[in-house]
Amino acid sequence: MTTLLEIEDVSLLYGRIKALHGISLTVDEGEIVALIGANGAGKSTTMRAVSGIRPVAGGKIWFNGEDITKLRADLRVRRGLCQAPEGRGIFPGMTVLENLDIGAYTRRDRAGVARDLARVLELFPRLAERRKQAGGTLSGGEQQMLAVGRALMSQPKLLLLDEPSMGLAPMLIQQIFSIITEINEQGTTILLVEQNAQQALARAHRAYVLETGRIVKEGTGADLLHDPSVKEAYLGVA
Amino acid sequence: MTSVREWIDSGRHAVSERWHNGPRWMRWAVIAAVIVFFYALPNREFYQWLGPIPTTGSNFGQVLFTISIYVLLAVGLNIVVGFAGLLDLGYFGFFAVGAYTVAVFTSPSSDLKTLWPWLLALPLAIVLTMISGVMLGTPTLRLRGDYLAIVTLGFAEMIRVAATSSAFLKGQRGFNQIPHPPGSYSDGKPIFGVLDPRPYYWLVLTLIILVVIGVRNLNRSRVGRAWISIREDEDAAQLMGVPTFKFKLWAFASGAAIGGLAGALFAGKQNFVSSQNLELLNSIIILAAVILGGSGNIVGAIVGGGLVAYLIERFRGIEFFGIELYEYRFMLFGVVLVVMMIFRPQGLIPNRRRAAEFKDRRKEVIVGG
Ligand SMILES: Nc1ncnc2c1ncn2[C@@H]1O[C@H](COP(=O)(O)OP(=O)(O)OP(=O)(O)O)[C@@H](O)[C@H]1O
Ligand SMILES: [Mg+2]
Repeated sequence: MTTLLEIEDVSLLYGRIKALHGISLTVDEGEIVALIGANGAGKSTTMRAVSGIRPVAGGKIWFNGEDITKLRADLRVRRGLCQAPEGRGIFPGMTVLENLDIGAYTRRDRAGVARDLARVLELFPRLAERRKQAGGTLSGGEQQMLAVGRALMSQPKLLLLDEPSMGLAPMLIQQIFSIITEINEQGTTILLVEQNAQQALARAHRAYVLETGRIVKEGTGADLLHDPSVKEAYLGVA
Repeated sequence: MTSVREWIDSGRHAVSERWHNGPRWMRWAVIAAVIVFFYALPNREFYQWLGPIPTTGSNFGQVLFTISIYVLLAVGLNIVVGFAGLLDLGYFGFFAVGAYTVAVFTSPSSDLKTLWPWLLALPLAIVLTMISGVMLGTPTLRLRGDYLAIVTLGFAEMIRVAATSSAFLKGQRGFNQIPHPPGSYSDGKPIFGVLDPRPYYWLVLTLIILVVIGVRNLNRSRVGRAWISIREDEDAAQLMGVPTFKFKLWAFASGAAIGGLAGALFAGKQNFVSSQNLELLNSIIILAAVILGGSGNIVGAIVGGGLVAYLIERFRGIEFFGIELYEYRFMLFGVVLVVMMIFRPQGLIPNRRRAAEFKDRRKEVIVGG
């Protein structure tokens, strides 16, 4: 298996506050890798470093064999790395279709875009029903689906998902996780940040546990799911 | 109050429905009629039938020229503020760069003594304003938030100070004998003279039409989509692969170029440019015009620019209980803007998307919690 993403000793600063203290992790092609941790642990920050909307203070990031540490965020999308941001980042004034269309902004192959659009609308029938509705007026769950669908439109090799289950009803959470598995089975590698550790670990091949800007544990999803300290801290089981 | 608003809204809605669903030829006919109307407007034979609309205190042709310059500026600023969502508080500075470039290269009072014809200085004025836009934008557009507003405000003030105090820019004495645009009638008389303001108005009107066609095409292209995404959520735009900095710079520079064009036209008409032409509040007036008309909508910007400039001129010479209204024009616009922000923040002729952005559900949280 080839390594798709490699983060080596990355640190990141917000002003003078250090949010990441040299973290290292890898994502192999075809995997679902989960990143779990408490609020403020630095999960979203890690995502920002990978997608490039925040510059790193130290360390290296490799994607597909290329050093992308200093590469601009929009060029990373062209390399096949796309993030559905935390808080969804839907364009409120654009319709569902226009949002999806921007997702394919970096692509020129019209036929491929049309195919992916059909695929996304099939994955999320709710979006198909509401294709002309303004993104800002969608419900929270619908926005979440749109964020995932929009990221898929860029045809990413690696899809970064920051809390895709946030604010969803239990039934929808199940649904979105099945869709994540489905996307992965169709060939997209996924790096997943989740509060919902139970689901994330059950679906992920491997996972990392982040605590105050440091990686404190790693292992297969199944291993961590049964790890006593993880159970206690993140799964709400004594 | 509410019922009146509802009534107006439903009326406007009906008009907009008919406009968008009507046959193509009908839309073209309406547009053609509007254009013919504005070309005919400065002729006395025509405007004498329009009742109280023409200004009484001053030459109506001259007023129309002023209005057309404001409209051009509003169309330019709308790219920056309306399309890309960048707050530019010093837009009038670009107008000044355009006007001064023409003055410096054409006027006999300039130290350069190049004495270029107006037409030669025009492209240079546009290019220089564009470059000044790029120079101003390159460091600031990388930053988020309100830096741009502050820097642009500072830029306009800097231009004004330079114009007032630098010997090269001649301060209040200014530059005189700036040449007019070229062209003459068949009898040898110049088209662009001193007495008749109408040809200048027609020239600006023609350029407005050309600029609007260009801007409209740009806005409907990939560039336009990129601008919308940046305006609505810059981080998300970047995460979708939109080169946000490049497109912000493009919006800023093309807005600047249009400002420079307006300045060059003004200098070519006015014959004289000095630091007294640089009323800083003009930046705010143009911004107010864009917001009033409907930020992000080209027709809105045209209507806003036209309305604001017209009202300012209409106030001239009108007394109200012994108060000269013209003196209070800025205060009146302040009041109008505040009222607009409360009752119709999306502007008179809103952009469909903008209206939806105001309904953004993410904002419900803030209101509710
Ligand atoms: N823009 C910012 N400026 C300053 N500090 C920030 C900023 N963004 C995040 N932080 C801080 O960095 C730390 C990590 O934040 P991050 O958003 O990565 O947490 P997280 O693990 O995603 O948490 P959550 O599960 O709540 O989303 C937090 O202490 C946070 O307060
Ligand atoms: Mg987070």
